[in-house]
Amino acid sequence: MPSPYIPNTDADRRAMLREIGVASVNELFRDVPEKFLDVPFRLPSPLSELELKAELKRMADANASLDDYACFLGAGFYRHFIPSVVGHITGRSEFYTAYTPYQAEVSQGTLQSIYEYQSLVCQLTGMEVSNAGMYDGSTAAAEAALMACRVTGKNKVDVLASVNPRYVDVMETYAGGQAISLHKLPSDFESLSADSACLVVQQPDFFGCLEDLASVAAKAHAAGALLVVIADPISLGMYRPPADYGADIVVAEGQSLGSPLNFGGPGLGIFTCRNQYLRQMPGRLAGRTMDSRGRPGYVLTMATREQHIRRERATSNICTNEALVSLAAAVYLAVMGKSGLRQVAELCYHKAHYAAAAIADLEGYSLVFPSPFFREFVVRCPVSPRRINEALYRQNIVGGLDLSETLPDSLLLCVTEMNTKSEIDRMVEVMKKVGAEK
Amino acid sequence: MRRHYLLPDISAPGRTGCRLPDLDVTPSALPSAEMLRTDLALPEVSEGDLVRYFTALSALNYGVDTGFYPLGSCTMKYNPKWHEDVARLPGFASVHPLQPADSVPGALRLIFELQKYLAEITGLAVSSLAPMAGAQGELAGILMVRAYHRKRGEAARRTILVPDSAHGTNPATAVMGGFGTAVVPSDADGNLDIKSLDAMMNEEVAALTLTLPNTFGLFDPQILEIARLVHRRGGLLCGDGANLNSLLGKVKFGDLGFDCVQLNLHKTFATPHGGGGPGAGPVCVNDTLAPFLPTPLVVADGRDLSFDSPPDSIGRLGAAYGNFGVMVRAYAYIRSLGAEGLKEVSENAVLNANYLKEKLKKHYHLPYDRPCLHEVVLSGKRQKVDGVRTLDIAKRLLDYGFHPPTIYFPLVVEEAILIEPTETESKETLDAFVGAMLEIAREAEENPDLLRGAPHDTPVNRLDEAAAARKPDLRWKM
Repeated sequence: MPSPYIPNTDADRRAMLREIGVASVNELFRDVPEKFLDVPFRLPSPLSELELKAELKRMADANASLDDYACFLGAGFYRHFIPSVVGHITGRSEFYTAYTPYQAEVSQGTLQSIYEYQSLVCQLTGMEVSNAGMYDGSTAAAEAALMACRVTGKNKVDVLASVNPRYVDVMETYAGGQAISLHKLPSDFESLSADSACLVVQQPDFFGCLEDLASVAAKAHAAGALLVVIADPISLGMYRPPADYGADIVVAEGQSLGSPLNFGGPGLGIFTCRNQYLRQMPGRLAGRTMDSRGRPGYVLTMATREQHIRRERATSNICTNEALVSLAAAVYLAVMGKSGLRQVAELCYHKAHYAAAAIADLEGYSLVFPSPFFREFVVRCPVSPRRINEALYRQNIVGGLDLSETLPDSLLLCVTEMNTKSEIDRMVEVMKKVGAEK
Repeated sequence: MRRHYLLPDISAPGRTGCRLPDLDVTPSALPSAEMLRTDLALPEVSEGDLVRYFTALSALNYGVDTGFYPLGSCTMKYNPKWHEDVARLPGFASVHPLQPADSVPGALRLIFELQKYLAEITGLAVSSLAPMAGAQGELAGILMVRAYHRKRGEAARRTILVPDSAHGTNPATAVMGGFGTAVVPSDADGNLDIKSLDAMMNEEVAALTLTLPNTFGLFDPQILEIARLVHRRGGLLCGDGANLNSLLGKVKFGDLGFDCVQLNLHKTFATPHGGGGPGAGPVCVNDTLAPFLPTPLVVADGRDLSFDSPPDSIGRLGAAYGNFGVMVRAYAYIRSLGAEGLKEVSENAVLNANYLKEKLKKHYHLPYDRPCLHEVVLSGKRQKVDGVRTLDIAKRLLDYGFHPPTIYFPLVVEEAILIEPTETESKETLDAFVGAMLEIAREAEENPDLLRGAPHDTPVNRLDEAAAARKPDLRWKM
């Protein structure tokens, strides 16, 4: 059977070989050492679209889709409502089958969308400039730490211990290549040493608690360090943005803005900073300019920071900007708009607080942290969190993240606008029952 | 319709694009006013206006679905539609990465099998799908090189050799990995200058990064000698797999002596480029480097699959397991083609590139007149005599309805034009492109101003990039 993706027929191939002046395609491979050409490849036999769709559906169905479960799991990956309009726009193949917009004249759709994205993200974080996006929140945090080292000429990065441990791991990986050292600090640290390039803080932190940003900002700046904030974009629908507290670089995971979980990827690394650090930024930037007839248009700009121009002196090796995921974020922010995003944030807030209060009322359960929280909180359980999660799962509920390796008997729960009151009540009911079985 | 507008221009107080459910629980007290914002100035737009706005934007774009996109080194092949459908199945799209492992056996199996397929395709022992882009796959490779030498007590190896024809990511990545770089020149035939390599390859060199076929689209016939030279003096050979489309199903990197190679699922394996991501950049290694792979891998214990961390892992590259949504599409592609289908891909890609080379070489300078693989590099230096630059040729192609090739890369070719047709284009499309290129060559002689003013028929004309960089306007405010 001919491949649906290869239009050349045998007759075409013969005509082309004749034109080239060779008898067979393999003559074109003459530079390949002969004994290594046309070696066997052990791969499954090809199947048709019809057969593979059925097989992939079986594989997909073997997973517990959150469309069929109530979900109280967050920990850096959040399930929020995605209006259908987002997928319909990102599903336009004029967007998704294009490359990075090097030829601006035929890429205005992508470029103007990036400009919108950069603008919306700045409005959201309160920061002055945003790049076009990075791989995910964790790599954006790592790049922020590297950038802070470039800006300050120092090579020590301080990280609050309440930052998502996976983000800290990624920062370690990125710092590992360079002479940069990472230090973990408790949230109530007294001061930073003068050799600190930056302080990295997550708001709300990994355990859902809101940190005292004003106080950590003052301590960071007193030591001449930059303040890097890992923000939560949905929370910014209601809380004062990190810029108000003096953040120098704000990064975030942007998946929650209009993209499905996709088992954790692709994500979107939001990366914003103060204008004065613009030239040290990693990643792509789209800028507005004029064409030769005086009409407004957009281009990729300030590319002299980037690998394809600056090579070994680039600010990063990154090329991709997760364009399609940032397009989804731009569309999502515009769909929700000023009041919609506020409403999403408040729905999360009230439902999470309703759930936390109900659980704290149960015999044997308590909230671990007294701090204010947004949509995630840690509960200490009378039985192992594992048992609770298993009991919840039997009732078609995906429970929280079991933290017992670091915090005894603790469970990190997340409540969003996707969770109905009846789901929350069901979860509380199961927790009550399991807690009483002690 | 208004010619140019932005989201704030269709915003008005009180509009919204989405209705949300009412609160169904008793509200709690909100945090104190000083913690809350009053300044959230996002546009307020109706759903219909929003759809029209972005639909109009999409019409200003050119994608593979719009037309021929021979962007060298980027492998802009057709992206099968059904892959989009399977990637959106709820069992793939609506799955949380921290769900209990026994609730995601299908996802683990897909990752496990794709790891195996990519190892087989490259002829290497193990592959990791963690890197979220080609450049991150390169970084993984370089960090593994570093960890390997350190483990052997050879931290003094602080240099990565990079050919002068390399992608910009190669030297940038080496520096991110804490290395210095040294540039190995190409010879007059477009191969690596082996004498220079011999002279440069000493005990301070950690690795050579090599794109194969190289960025001229040429397979370096000295590859076995290159690998021997690098290994004999304790170095490693890292491959940039950007050009794997020419070797699919025919040649294995592992057989040629590569220790490590990074792939691009969005190039070779037909996943869409997305306008600049998301892609995926798996890294494949031999047994020497396997202990250093990024965390996590999916491993099998009998029939059970689980995540595992290699013993000397360089660590985590992202918060989850890589770009799973992209993996689903690449998996579908490999399963639908099989070994024979992959071979058909590379053979047709190579045939198409050589056909273009043959047709165009009479009218454009061909720096390396020998069979190429999946892409051909030309030079606009003949047209430069008429005062026409490669940039002008590229812009004029837009008027003919084609996306231009990659230009001014590789850097060592004067006025470079790098053309990669891919296997998904027909002879008729190639002939039409050749027709446009010949027409443009004629125009360059007869009416160079026509080219210098191009493009003429696009949504905007040539844009002032210098002004954009001098006075950056990177956002609106409202």
